[in-house]
Amino acid sequence: MTAAAPQPLLKIDDLSVQFATGRSVTDAVQHVSFAIAQGETVAVVGESGSGKSVTALSLTRLLPSPPVRYPSGRILFEGEDLLQASGSRLREIRGSRIAYIFQEPGTSLNPVFTIGHQIEEAMQLHRPEVTDVRSEIVRALDLVGIREPEKRLGDYPHQLSGGMQQRAMIAMALSCRPRLLVADEPTTALDVTIQKQIMDLLRDLKRDVGMAILLITHNFGIITGIAERVVVMFRGRIVETGPTEAVLKNPRHPYTQALIACVPKPGARQRRLTTIDHAALEAAPAEAVIHD
Amino acid sequence: MDPAPLLTVDHLKVYFPILGGVFRRRIGEVKAVDDVSFEIPQGTTVGLVGESGSGKTTVGRTILGLQPATAGSIKLEGRELTGLPASEFRPLRKRLQIIFQDPYNSLNPRLSVADIIAEALEIHFPEMNRTERRDRVAELLTQVGLQRDHLDRYPHEFSGGQRQRIGIARALAVKPDFIVCDEPVSALDVSVQAQIVNLLQDLQEQMGLTYLFIAHDLAVVEHISDHVLVMTNGKIVESASAEAIYEDPQHDYTKKLLAAIPEL
Repeated sequence: MTAAAPQPLLKIDDLSVQFATGRSVTDAVQHVSFAIAQGETVAVVGESGSGKSVTALSLTRLLPSPPVRYPSGRILFEGEDLLQASGSRLREIRGSRIAYIFQEPGTSLNPVFTIGHQIEEAMQLHRPEVTDVRSEIVRALDLVGIREPEKRLGDYPHQLSGGMQQRAMIAMALSCRPRLLVADEPTTALDVTIQKQIMDLLRDLKRDVGMAILLITHNFGIITGIAERVVVMFRGRIVETGPTEAVLKNPRHPYTQALIACVPKPGARQRRLTTIDHAALEAAPAEAVIHD
Repeated sequence: MDPAPLLTVDHLKVYFPILGGVFRRRIGEVKAVDDVSFEIPQGTTVGLVGESGSGKTTVGRTILGLQPATAGSIKLEGRELTGLPASEFRPLRKRLQIIFQDPYNSLNPRLSVADIIAEALEIHFPEMNRTERRDRVAELLTQVGLQRDHLDRYPHEFSGGQRQRIGIARALAVKPDFIVCDEPVSALDVSVQAQIVNLLQDLQEQMGLTYLFIAHDLAVVEHISDHVLVMTNGKIVESASAEAIYEDPQHDYTKKLLAAIPEL
């Protein structure tokens, strides 16, 4: 590449995703476009059913096809269109270039293998050149703040708390040195105190390791201080996008405003929490608000 | 004057034995709840906040008789609940109900909504006939914001928020006075969280319900509760009104919980 402007790490261009079952077709994602630069964190925020997780899973075509179809769009990762990539090419990319962590660490880990074994498996697959696997794993566990990593290597997932399991998942994801980490609701199943620790950890890793993060969440509350830009999704479409601070300070789309308003504010002493009036949003503009 | 306490918990202790050795002898104990005392006035909400492992859920389960107390007393309107034989406790069960955290695992996937809710009615109101039960279930569904035509659907046909409404309808079916809400919104989207919290508040106003609201998120607890208890390692470390807990937290642990609330 000789272009002067830096090429984004990931560029999603006019992506649409459909679920075709029997005679019915559901449009889960419609004409979504956004980009993530090297080392940048972008948050996709929306409620259940907004299409945010489908977008995240589509990046490496992790959804079963059929029923999933991609009627339009390109997913350019380092210049390569992943929607056109072969199955074997995708297997090379998954885990090694684009790694995922999911909402429930307890169900993402294999209960019958030790943490060390599971990280080792990922590394053997994606970094066969590493000779001293054990010390690499110890380093990865140490990086995510697991104390006494040598001892924890032999632990089974059930011996770890939810927060520690999520750290182990992150360590596994990092052990293959991905360029992009997709974190799909990484803290939703965790206590608020642990949630804070994991978000702080992701923030530190982003700074120290320099990887890009695609953060998927329903909670506007957790994205400040980590995401440079935010993409708000509603019913499969982007309704607002821009720098996190600008969107939070001056949300212009009614859905974004509602989503921000329903985060409980301590000390507000309001009798009722603000909810989202979906009927009123029927009339909301379909065009996305774009902040510069 | 404060309303009289509906529920009084006094020096409650719940210990779990640690068994070890060849003969599985008791070699120690986990003090899940270690000398906890509080009371809940009629028609109010007491929030119980703490991290995983703090013992907050064990407190709720012990009040409901799902877990025997090691020591201490639990009184419902002055009547001692601990140590009651099962036969005497059973009629009290309809006064004490629970709403669980995970609406995906707490509803039987093989039963229709009508059957899930009517099951409690069959046990506690055996005099009702089939039609009366069905009408009562339909009434409950409308109370929690669902519709009569949801009666014959199955749990998988509902979203997380709707399932939690079904769980609430099930708890309300037997006309309880007191409901333990054990992390009722932790598994839900923030927008749905707000709907469920508002629903719980509306139901409290309409029916004069008393809640023990258990959660790890002080932002939600502070919002719904009149009084807040902060629990860690089996002990209550701070007990104050919802305003005071936020404006003037005393204990370091409370401050830590407040600091963990994400800021917008």
